[in-house]
Amino acid sequence: MPLHPIKGGVHPEGHKAQTNAAPIARLPLPARLFVPLAQHIGLPAEACVREGQQVKKGELIGSAQGSVSAAVHAPTSGTVLAIAPYTAPHPSGLPLLTVVIDPDGKDEWADLHTPRDPFDLMPEEIAARLAAAGIVGMGGATFPAAVKLSTAVQKHVDTLIINGGECEPYLTCDDRLMRERADQIIDGVRILLHAIGHGRALIAVEDNKPEAIDALRAAARGFDPIEIVPVPSLYPMGSEKQLIFALLGREVPAGALPAQLGVTVQNVATAAAVSEAIRHGRPLLSRVITVGGAVRVPQNVEALIGTPMQALIDFCGGFTEPPARLIMGGPMMGHVVPNMQVPVVKGSSGLLALTARDLPETKARPCIRCGSCVQACPCGLMPLEMAARIRQDDFKGAAAYGVTDCISCGSCAYVCPSHIPLVQYFNHAKGHLALEHARERQAAEIRALTEAKKLRQAREAEAKRARALAAKQAREKAAASEKTP
Amino acid sequence: MTAPHLVSGPHLAGGRTLHGIMLQVCLALLPATLFGVGLFGWPALNLLLITVASALAFEALALRLAGKPLFPDLGDGSALVTALLLALSLPPWAPWWIGVLGGGFAIVLGKQIFGGLGQNPFNPAMLARVVLLIAFPVELTQWATPHPLFAAGSPGFLEGLQITFMGVPNVDAVSGATLLGHVKTELGRGVELSAALGHYDATQALLGMKGGSLGETSALLILLGGLYLLARRIITWHIPVAMLAAIALPATVMHWIDPLHHAGALYHLLTGGVMLGAFFIATDYVTSPSSPAGQVIYGAACGLLVWIIRSFGGFPEGVAFAVLLMNGATPLIDHWVRPRIYGRDRKGQPLTVAREKRS
Amino acid sequence: MILAIGSVTLLGVVLGLVLGYAAQKLRVEGDPLVDELAALLPASNCGQCGFAGCRQAAEALARHEAPVTLCPPGGKAVAQKLAERLGVSADLSGMSDRPKLADVREELCIGCTKCAKVCPTDAILGAPKMIHYVLSDACTGCGACIDVCPTEALLLEEVVPSIRTWVWPKPVAEAA
Repeated sequence: MPLHPIKGGVHPEGHKAQTNAAPIARLPLPARLFVPLAQHIGLPAEACVREGQQVKKGELIGSAQGSVSAAVHAPTSGTVLAIAPYTAPHPSGLPLLTVVIDPDGKDEWADLHTPRDPFDLMPEEIAARLAAAGIVGMGGATFPAAVKLSTAVQKHVDTLIINGGECEPYLTCDDRLMRERADQIIDGVRILLHAIGHGRALIAVEDNKPEAIDALRAAARGFDPIEIVPVPSLYPMGSEKQLIFALLGREVPAGALPAQLGVTVQNVATAAAVSEAIRHGRPLLSRVITVGGAVRVPQNVEALIGTPMQALIDFCGGFTEPPARLIMGGPMMGHVVPNMQVPVVKGSSGLLALTARDLPETKARPCIRCGSCVQACPCGLMPLEMAARIRQDDFKGAAAYGVTDCISCGSCAYVCPSHIPLVQYFNHAKGHLALEHARERQAAEIRALTEAKKLRQAREAEAKRARALAAKQAREKAAASEKTP
Repeated sequence: MTAPHLVSGPHLAGGRTLHGIMLQVCLALLPATLFGVGLFGWPALNLLLITVASALAFEALALRLAGKPLFPDLGDGSALVTALLLALSLPPWAPWWIGVLGGGFAIVLGKQIFGGLGQNPFNPAMLARVVLLIAFPVELTQWATPHPLFAAGSPGFLEGLQITFMGVPNVDAVSGATLLGHVKTELGRGVELSAALGHYDATQALLGMKGGSLGETSALLILLGGLYLLARRIITWHIPVAMLAAIALPATVMHWIDPLHHAGALYHLLTGGVMLGAFFIATDYVTSPSSPAGQVIYGAACGLLVWIIRSFGGFPEGVAFAVLLMNGATPLIDHWVRPRIYGRDRKGQPLTVAREKRS
Repeated sequence: MILAIGSVTLLGVVLGLVLGYAAQKLRVEGDPLVDELAALLPASNCGQCGFAGCRQAAEALARHEAPVTLCPPGGKAVAQKLAERLGVSADLSGMSDRPKLADVREELCIGCTKCAKVCPTDAILGAPKMIHYVLSDACTGCGACIDVCPTEALLLEEVVPSIRTWVWPKPVAEAA
């Protein structure tokens, strides 16, 4: 099908050969599992187990709260040691409520409800099972898959895009998944198509993954609505908005969802998890993560959710040299690991040990207005202007230049010759604007509450006066009637 | 691993650096510089070196006064590029104090008082050149004729030093009007263009064997330097193409309408500072717009102004003035002309959702 | 010379008339400044600023008789907005980024409902003889409840930053 060139973008060195040749290895059971209750967009799950409780593999340990949330399950059988705050795999290093599990080594499954045939299920049932399985977007965004599917069905989506882009350097977990589990992915895609009810599926894979394209094509043979589409290798081709434009030539309007365009996008790993959940009744308990950089044996590892990062490094033979920076995710959008004990979560795509040679210069120089950032930005923004305003704490000015439309891909900072930390400026501004927005909403609600209280007090005072007046009149009447014989 | 401090991505080096860019620009200017020194001899070399030294000295002084460390700022190459561009646009046998003052005006007045690198609204080299032109019109309009280095009749090393530091002994014998200056004067006198042009040879103009500024005579070498910058992605095509087109178009039209009083496109493109201006001066990052559309508007306006000043203005050369005028308009262009944001229309409003029926 | 003096004088007279006419015709009635300032304040009338209510505080601000840092419940955010609107620079270093919210220490609460009655936003839930609870989303940190609690069960505590409220810090200023 004809493709549409995306705006901007950069071509960082791939470093894919480091890990894309060997098959996915299975990590042995770690000594402890730390399963955070918030691994997704939306409200955290609420713990539904107690300390000391025995759990089985796949048992529900946290139930979804509210309409945008996801369930959390025990990755293996064992004892719940604690439900306590624990350092989150988040750049802030702040804690999240985490269920700590002591594995008993037996890896015993809980009872699973395997449906007879996924294609007999109604779309609502499929969405409900996805929710029960705790499936979230595994490309990194971790949006609850059930909510996305329900929205897609509601908006009568007719194009399902499966994102096999994996444009970040170093990461090859999706590549290996596509090569080794193509059948499972295609099965998941078919189930999703069935849930949507009609339409076609486009599986987009960057053209630097020819083996993955071949494997998927072979697995999809005979299923007409599924088309494998090679896309140019470019960062950030795997970004949802950019991918939609590349494939369909249409842009998602600002503030709108892809579903409003008739499109929904899911990662290949999510599609594989959908198959696991719907066909085999197994919830999301593990994921493939690329361990790369300065480790003895860089490779893709399938790890249970809750595995500490240290276990991954040990499995890969330890560091070849002490890393200058340890990153979770890819090098463009990933974050520094707070410590080695933080766990693998549903959105963890990579663990990279980067040396000083790999890292960019940290000392920023003045902006020379070269405009490279404008050329590189895939969203059509002007990073130099936004950064200039944020430097002066003019967040409203930055918003006027479109900072809320920024996808934080890092293309601008990658090309900046002055090594200005542009993405940090924009994340800082976006965080403040979001807090400001929440504060204003809260202030408006408080003002409404204050007004409501004043009205209530006025009404009560009025009622009190009326009662007092009535009582007085009654007393006067009684006194008057006593006088008359 | 040392305790991690909070640092944001990307955690990957893109490879571009400040001094890398400046180095590329200097490399691109090298052929024209060498040619200019070769064509005009020792005094030209002296002027070049003095201008560069002055710029660096004033930069160091300004950094000291501002309490900033000398490095890395002094070594990033920006002062060198400014000085080089200024020197290339000066008359080749200008006295030493023109070089010193030029370097001082460019760095101090043109850049440091605004806050240093990246803060100046006006092109420092052009600012210095215009200040010199208006303050010292005589020295800035004494154009030495070509006296190739090591040729017979050219000043030797010591004579060159004497010319630079003590002035030219017999000015009229060694200097002459540039083509632009000559044509302007003649047209002003009522002489027709063809007579004014005399034995103007376009090929000679391209190659540069004629009088003019130190580095601007060889349009070919400058063009090659500009193409090198394009190939290395230091500059984009928008400003040079727009500027050259905006000079060529009105020139062609007016030459067709009135060939006796208006020169054609080739004449304009190959004389004076047009090539240097289009590829090296108007493309200055700090003082030009940041969006591609804005750059086209800026380049076109620069070109048009050059042509207007040359054809109707009082000065024979218009590049410096045109660039400075448009530098003033850059913030306005940057404010009004922005790229279209993904998901929004040109006005910044979200696109309307139109569900197409897939056939 | 007469011509020069005459023409400039005429110009001055004409422009002066135009300005005078404009001042009459385009006059802005009332003072929208006080309304704008009042809209920026929390409107809970807690009195911590020393004025009777938020409206009075706004009036004092408009007359430049009160500092922009007058509102503790509003915190740095409100102070910054007030400073911006009034066009003044203010030293906000004494103010905290983190708001303070009321919290009930359950072991000391006797369920007297005194606090619930004085709360301007009805942020305290509690029936008589039942332990009371503060709805943190509705609490403005005005402190009215702290004053009336007979057992000192109520405290104003700084909100602990969580992942949900964490924001990337601003990058440190670049070299030169």
